[in-house]
Amino acid sequence: MLTEKDKIKHLYNRAAFGLTLNDWQTKTDLKKSIVDLLKTPIKYTYLYTITKEEVDAAKEKIKNLPKEEKKDLKKLLKANVFELNNLWLNEMIHSPTQLNEKMALFWHGHFACRSTNPYFDQQYLDIIRKHALGNFATMLNEISKTPAMLQYLNNQQNKKDHPNENFAREVMELFTLGRGNYTEHDVKEAARAFTGFAFDKTGEFKFRKQQHDFDAKTFQGKTGDFSGEDILQIILAKKECAYFITKKIYKFFVNDIIDEEKVKELADKFYQSNYDIKSLMTTIFSSDWFYDEKNIGAKIKSPIELLAGMFRVIPTTFKDNESTLFIQRTLGQILLNPPNVAGWNGGRSWIDSSSLLFRMQLPQVIYFDKEVSVEPKEITPESKQEMQLMMTESYIKKIAAKKLNAQTDWTSIINYFTNFDTVENEMTSLLLAKKTDVSTIKIIKSNADNSSKDSTIKKSFINILSLPEFQLC
Amino acid sequence: MKRRQFIQTSGLASTAMLVPNFLKAQENNPTKNKDKILIVVQLTGGNDGLNTVVPYENDLYYNARPQIAIKKNEVLKLNNQLGLNPKMLGFKELYDNGNMCLINNVGYPEPDRSHFRSMDIWQTASKSNEYKTTGWLGRYLDEQCGTCDKPTQVLELDDTLSLALKGNNTKGLALKDAKRLYATTSNVFINQLSKQHAIGDHQHDNAEYLYKTLAETISSAEYIYQTSKIYKSAATYPNHQFGKSMKSISEFIISGVNTKVYYVSLGSFDTHFNQQKRQGELLQQLSETVKIFMDDLKKNGKANDVLLMTFSEFGRRVNENASGGTDHGTANQIFLFGNNLKKNGVYNEAPNLADLDDGDLKHAVDFRKVYATLLKKWLNTDEQNILGEKFEYFDFV
Repeated sequence: MLTEKDKIKHLYNRAAFGLTLNDWQTKTDLKKSIVDLLKTPIKYTYLYTITKEEVDAAKEKIKNLPKEEKKDLKKLLKANVFELNNLWLNEMIHSPTQLNEKMALFWHGHFACRSTNPYFDQQYLDIIRKHALGNFATMLNEISKTPAMLQYLNNQQNKKDHPNENFAREVMELFTLGRGNYTEHDVKEAARAFTGFAFDKTGEFKFRKQQHDFDAKTFQGKTGDFSGEDILQIILAKKECAYFITKKIYKFFVNDIIDEEKVKELADKFYQSNYDIKSLMTTIFSSDWFYDEKNIGAKIKSPIELLAGMFRVIPTTFKDNESTLFIQRTLGQILLNPPNVAGWNGGRSWIDSSSLLFRMQLPQVIYFDKEVSVEPKEITPESKQEMQLMMTESYIKKIAAKKLNAQTDWTSIINYFTNFDTVENEMTSLLLAKKTDVSTIKIIKSNADNSSKDSTIKKSFINILSLPEFQLC
Repeated sequence: MKRRQFIQTSGLASTAMLVPNFLKAQENNPTKNKDKILIVVQLTGGNDGLNTVVPYENDLYYNARPQIAIKKNEVLKLNNQLGLNPKMLGFKELYDNGNMCLINNVGYPEPDRSHFRSMDIWQTASKSNEYKTTGWLGRYLDEQCGTCDKPTQVLELDDTLSLALKGNNTKGLALKDAKRLYATTSNVFINQLSKQHAIGDHQHDNAEYLYKTLAETISSAEYIYQTSKIYKSAATYPNHQFGKSMKSISEFIISGVNTKVYYVSLGSFDTHFNQQKRQGELLQQLSETVKIFMDDLKKNGKANDVLLMTFSEFGRRVNENASGGTDHGTANQIFLFGNNLKKNGVYNEAPNLADLDDGDLKHAVDFRKVYATLLKKWLNTDEQNILGEKFEYFDFV
């Protein structure tokens, strides 16, 4: 039987990036916890690596350059794509509005997108974080106009006389309806409607009239001189869209294995509410079935969930931006760098012999300052410009040979776990999703470092973080 | 599997461990061509095909590349149209010995020029507008044995596992160094955890999946390490990573490790600038190592059992760029090496530089047809479930 504390732990594992030690001590009321998590940010932190002043200055510069010398905004800005990655990871670890960031992570995998232009990345990230618990229809519209996405899906090349279907196709296949709910003809016609959706050199959306096909299109059985916005509206009016999104949300937040009936019920509500995300999530987290045994500890943590969860429970900082990036790359998930527009597959695909071993060794590598013995796969820059922005081969070799240089604050943990008879039980209660086997506790005990009180706590804590069970939430 | 090998291997396994399932499965399923091994060498980054196999009689080539074209008198001639980059002496020798089959113009319809996307297409054997989440060699593993444990059947020489080796139910194993992996998995804590966790039959349980993966990793690591101790290569392999990996592969093969497919990468061939130097170095590494490898196998009586294939996720544009390099292109060549190829030499026509697609080479051969041939005729596995359709086969093997 699940205690109230167990349920709160489960809630925090899913709706947040796990409990902090403070949460574990102070959260005792499930209903209140749900309400707290669902509160939309009181103060929204806009994450940026490029200030508005820098953007404006660059825009001025571009305006005053002769035509032949007009450069893209990114070439004038010296920002680091790594920075934004770390800023967001930090939010996931420290922000009190956990669900907003968890939801944004979901939307990032859903509207998967990557740009080498840090300003575009910044705009894109803003949209998914701003609307994470807002309205899906609004988010869809804004995402469809953000330069990062338009560039990623080649809509700049989608022109009246020379249509490029990539954007239209992915919007339907991956972002809204899913395969089987539209025809190839729909893709062609939608592509025509999206012609003209472009952006200018200053990184703002621009509708290019000369490139737009104003003629009539037939889409999903309707005919009209549809614009891109019209297409999105028609798509949103279809219940299949609500179902497609709800199913994905269920998989991410509840269980890899779908409960068809529940998904359908949730989807209908989601549709009726006009795509109100907060309302959908409230229903999920408030339902009894969410706390069913079969859902507890049923998910394999994604690399980001693993990292953020670890750093929430044990305060850790790194000397540089690159260490967490290195870990993300080796584990197979880098924020703002999805492998393709389909996002991350998730679930068991995170785990193979290598990644499991690496996950199990990671706590030792970070906290015992052991050397990393793994080299992530080589980065192949997409273009010369990106060589400066991405990790080069020689850099990877360098970092793989060194230690990660983490600074850890063990104080809160050492102060909390004072009863040495029950310390393993207490730690596993905090850190693991399900009740731990007695035999596992025995193994932790037998591997303890009893040279001092502090070392007992540290070693056992790290060993528990190294368990396969810690990969589950 | 021969009785002697079986006893040797199981004797090495710790007494507390049961004989791994994969060994049992192999005993019960003798297959035709069971000794055949495939080696896939991935040239990462988009190798420039035209400066690898040079159309040295074609003016269009020289017109397109005033700066970086390979000089006619420097190529290693294969026939009266094509010659190898001068850095590829090893390949030339293999060609002369009848051990090479060169397939030109390999690609796929609607080519994608993004590294990530095109590499995914080659690794997952998908169509250009399809997203598959499993790799062709992973699905080969699935096909070979539904849910039984055969992770060492496909091995990657790297620290992390490529998508190519990830199947629905089974995944290959990635390791760079057998000794290092064995040392890692010999860790007391890890072993205790694995041993005490009784593996049940709960397919859907993710905790089970994790422990199953862990147990397989531990037993595979021990198996590979102990088995590969049998033979240490006397040949001198180059000291770069590719040389080390190929040496390991040679030792695994000759030692009798049960792996059927090896996967290894070399790169980066993404030569947007300074191409001649960078590509030259890599082609030399590739060529000299493969020659040493093939010779090593021959010496040890394994040459007939091995087929080696190289591929890259795309070729590069016909015209050079303004930085002494080339940009992402399309069709490219595949090299095949073996001791008893049914067809060797230059298999098909040279690239047609007069019939380009917006400055890019048109493909004539779908890469999946090459995969199909290797799967069916070399590895003796039906390719339909793996590739999603039936293909005609080549006759080079």
